[in-house]
Amino acid sequence: MIRLVDVCKRYNHEVLALDSVSLHIKKGDFVFLVGSSGAGKSTLIKLLLKEEEPTSGRIFMNNREITRLAGRQVPFLRREMGVVFQDFRLLPKKTVFENVAFAMEMTGISAKQIRKQVPMILSMVALSNRANNYPNQLSGGEQQRVSIARAIVNNPTVLIADEPTGNLDPDTSWEIMKLLSFINKRGTTVIMATHNREIVDIMQKRVVVLEKGKIVSDEMRGVYKNER
Amino acid sequence: MNVRGITHSLKEGLTGIWRNRIMALASVASVTAALLILGVVMILVLNINNIGMTSKEQFREIVVDLRKDLSMDQMEEIGDNISELEGVETVNFQTNEQALTIMKMDWADEAYLLEGFSENPLPNSYTIVLTDIEHTEKVVSKLISIEGIDDIRYYKDIVEKLIKITITIRNVGVILMVVLVLISIFIIFNTIKLTVFARQTEISIMKYVGATNGFIRGPFIVEGIILGFVGSVISILAILYAYKIVYQKVLEDFYAFFTMYLVPYYVIVNDIVIIFFTIGIGVGIVGSVLSLKRFLRV
Repeated sequence: MIRLVDVCKRYNHEVLALDSVSLHIKKGDFVFLVGSSGAGKSTLIKLLLKEEEPTSGRIFMNNREITRLAGRQVPFLRREMGVVFQDFRLLPKKTVFENVAFAMEMTGISAKQIRKQVPMILSMVALSNRANNYPNQLSGGEQQRVSIARAIVNNPTVLIADEPTGNLDPDTSWEIMKLLSFINKRGTTVIMATHNREIVDIMQKRVVVLEKGKIVSDEMRGVYKNER
Repeated sequence: MNVRGITHSLKEGLTGIWRNRIMALASVASVTAALLILGVVMILVLNINNIGMTSKEQFREIVVDLRKDLSMDQMEEIGDNISELEGVETVNFQTNEQALTIMKMDWADEAYLLEGFSENPLPNSYTIVLTDIEHTEKVVSKLISIEGIDDIRYYKDIVEKLIKITITIRNVGVILMVVLVLISIFIIFNTIKLTVFARQTEISIMKYVGATNGFIRGPFIVEGIILGFVGSVISILAILYAYKIVYQKVLEDFYAFFTMYLVPYYVIVNDIVIIFFTIGIGVGIVGSVLSLKRFLRV
């Protein structure tokens, strides 16, 4: 369902951020993207989100070549994907409910539908009792759960998480991992970039290791590898 | 865009204005200033044009004074020659006696001053009415070669001067207005940019959750439209009120005679309203679209 073919990305004609990367991610996969800073994880995610265009190569998603997508089609592609960031990126002036509803409002769904769907998602991430709180009244783990709720409220086929546990303590990180794993079991493909060795090792999922823009290893039940 | 998008845009647009009220005020002031200048220029040009049109009828005349030593036959011959010229509609002969009578009537109370002349000082004359003022030069050049004509009087110069003044006022006005419109766009651009900066996170999140550019742009366009709209309303009210006062003042102080040269108040209302709203709102939209350009690229 996601396929990268010989994808290269070069910034400013100098640094090669991705060097002929080919990758195939099947529907329902749970994939860890690991590698040191600057290895190309963020670039890869930006290409999937169509925030950046590859210098060469082709990217397919749900049998569509997204590298050939017209600019005005991009919003609709993004509705098929949910994104979670390390820094949560919640709107501070909106409540938990509003932050999640916000993502639905974009798609032109009826207010009735929103009032039905948002509480359902909030109960899934165990935040029903926090619906009317503002982000600054929540702990880091709770904030990340809100951002996950926002990412999946539109039922995306892919959930992309860019270091979702980067700002969280180990216990809270596991809470988030359980949630992501639950979402994955419901059929959503999850792609997660991370530095967290412990999580990668214990989860026993597919691990793609990037180093200097190249895929150096891709194992189905992988562990975090040391860079030599 | 659906109803939801529109209410969302309205709400957020108003919030944006409130958040940067000082800049919003500056934007409205600059739009108002630009439109006020436009209004003054428009009214001046319209009125000068009107004076030109109204007086064109009077100005398509040429008066030819005849030499005093001519016989009746010679004068008639000149009259025949003139009426054969191209562009001449009618030719009227006026004897010096008639001219003096008319002058006495015009001078009314002071007419006794004219009694002192032993001999009529006025010449016999022909008043030529042209089919169009444009024929003036052609006819005058022919008249010069006719023997027995003392003086030729015509008004083309005045009309030309009037047209020149109109064009100058219009050009200066247009330049002023273009400059002011550009300044308005720039100020609105900066005002909305402040809102855009304040909402940068929001915009980036909106993009990640798949908001279309139209949806993201909505609130900012609304903000621009409101700023332009308020500026238009203020300037429309100001211009129309000011013109009404001037019009009435002229009516009272100079009698109705002068008002025939002025464009009536009700004639300009429609034009002013349509033109001002178009420019005001247009400026607002352009300003907001420009300020968002950089942020929508991703």
